[in-house]
Amino acid sequence: MIRIQGLRKSFGRLLVLRDLDLEMPDGRITALIGPNGSGKTTLIQCVLGLVRPDRGSIFVGGQELNGDDGYRASIGYMPQVAPFPDNLTAREIIEMLMDVRGRREGLDTDLITAFDLESEMEKPLRTLSGGTRQKVNALAAFLFRPPLLILDEPTAGLDPVASRALKDKILAERQAGRSFVLTSHLTSELEELSEHIAFIVDGSIRFVGQAEELRRRTGASSLDRALTALARERRTEVDSPGAEGDRP
Amino acid sequence: MRVTIKLARYELRNVLRGRWLLAYALFFLLVAEVMLRFVGGSARTLLSLMNVVLLVVPLFSLLFGTMYLYGSREFGRLMLAQPISRRQLYGGLYLGLSVPLALAAPLGITVPFLVHGVSDARHVPSVIVLALAALMLAFIFTGLAFLVAVVVRDRAAGLGVSIVLWLFLAALYDGLVLLAASSFSHYPLDKPMLAAMLLNPIDLARVMFLLEFDVAALMGYTGAVFRQFFGTGLGIGVAAVSLAAWLVVPLSIGMRLFSRKDL
Repeated sequence: MIRIQGLRKSFGRLLVLRDLDLEMPDGRITALIGPNGSGKTTLIQCVLGLVRPDRGSIFVGGQELNGDDGYRASIGYMPQVAPFPDNLTAREIIEMLMDVRGRREGLDTDLITAFDLESEMEKPLRTLSGGTRQKVNALAAFLFRPPLLILDEPTAGLDPVASRALKDKILAERQAGRSFVLTSHLTSELEELSEHIAFIVDGSIRFVGQAEELRRRTGASSLDRALTALARERRTEVDSPGAEGDRP
Repeated sequence: MRVTIKLARYELRNVLRGRWLLAYALFFLLVAEVMLRFVGGSARTLLSLMNVVLLVVPLFSLLFGTMYLYGSREFGRLMLAQPISRRQLYGGLYLGLSVPLALAAPLGITVPFLVHGVSDARHVPSVIVLALAALMLAFIFTGLAFLVAVVVRDRAAGLGVSIVLWLFLAALYDGLVLLAASSFSHYPLDKPMLAAMLLNPIDLARVMFLLEFDVAALMGYTGAVFRQFFGTGLGIGVAAVSLAAWLVVPLSIGMRLFSRKDL
């Protein structure tokens, strides 16, 4: 679904993505994991065309991004915070999205029921709590049944019930064959959702593969231990240059 | 263009429901009402209103425009994850904000005139030109505000730049022109002065109004030169074309930069 080749991006003198290569397979949940500031968000923003890479190429659904905007019709995006115009209602945001996408049929409004949002739809977004806005945010991402969903910390700020509902939704849509890219810092969530893991450190891929493979490789019993082990590898490398990162 | 209009419709709704816009329109309504009530529909009232328009419309458009674009940054990212282009979003945001902003001041000014009437029928075109000047200035300065917000990444710095830009165009500029005029008073200055005026949209709006109003004594140096050079009819035409350039150029530069930058 997404293929990234030699992606490089710097902001001023700060090199954020260092010739990053990555493939995210179809019909899977790929988790982008990495320390804060490792380049996850920049990577996502490159895929969405919000950030212009210095070089490298990105393919979404076999089509190379070349400045056309049409490819984003196949993407649903849920940003980390829900940034909506203050004086519009959730219903109007949904209408607005339908208008600009030119699609009003076959929409997925399951999350309205799952989140119990119906009573909040007509209120100005400024008056809604952060969690409720995050629910609207999730609803907007799933609305057009896109084949690819990019979710940036999807459950951050959601209450346990809503968080469960969203995870169930993700798993159900995954069963229906949709592809996911998600970032998260919650290992429990990653443990449950992610099949495919891409671990990013300092703008390049440190590990990519199945979650079990990661555990096997690091010999750790749980995902967070495995991730800690991976992060340590980096430190050892820095300490002793030339040390091979691929240790048992 | 269709997507731009669709976006603009929702932005417009968002702006119209905000309190700032209402306060802004009421401010002009109140000023015009008070002037008409206590001074009457005379030339003095019109000139005072012109000065208020020339100061307040650019300031408010700059501040409100810059803040609006910064405030839309996050939502803009969400919208740009949809299959729409940067230009469509920029255009939609601009129209959604500038149209209500451009209509607010003229509405606030003309309503009291409609209620009270003017003392002299000859003032009617002046009121219309004043309303048009307020309209044009709002469109121009919202465009400049967007340009500032695109170029300057930091919100506080952007607001600062907007205020400095306003200070420069509304106050400093005329002083500098006068200083230049008195320093080089031995030289023929007509043409440089004309050029200087075309480079400031607030001056342009002022001269356009004064040409119509026909008070040469109040036009100052540039205004007098301007009328001598172009005559009233052509003068208003040239001023209008220059104002149009002030609208189109910053807007298209802003759009171009916005299309290229990292968001």
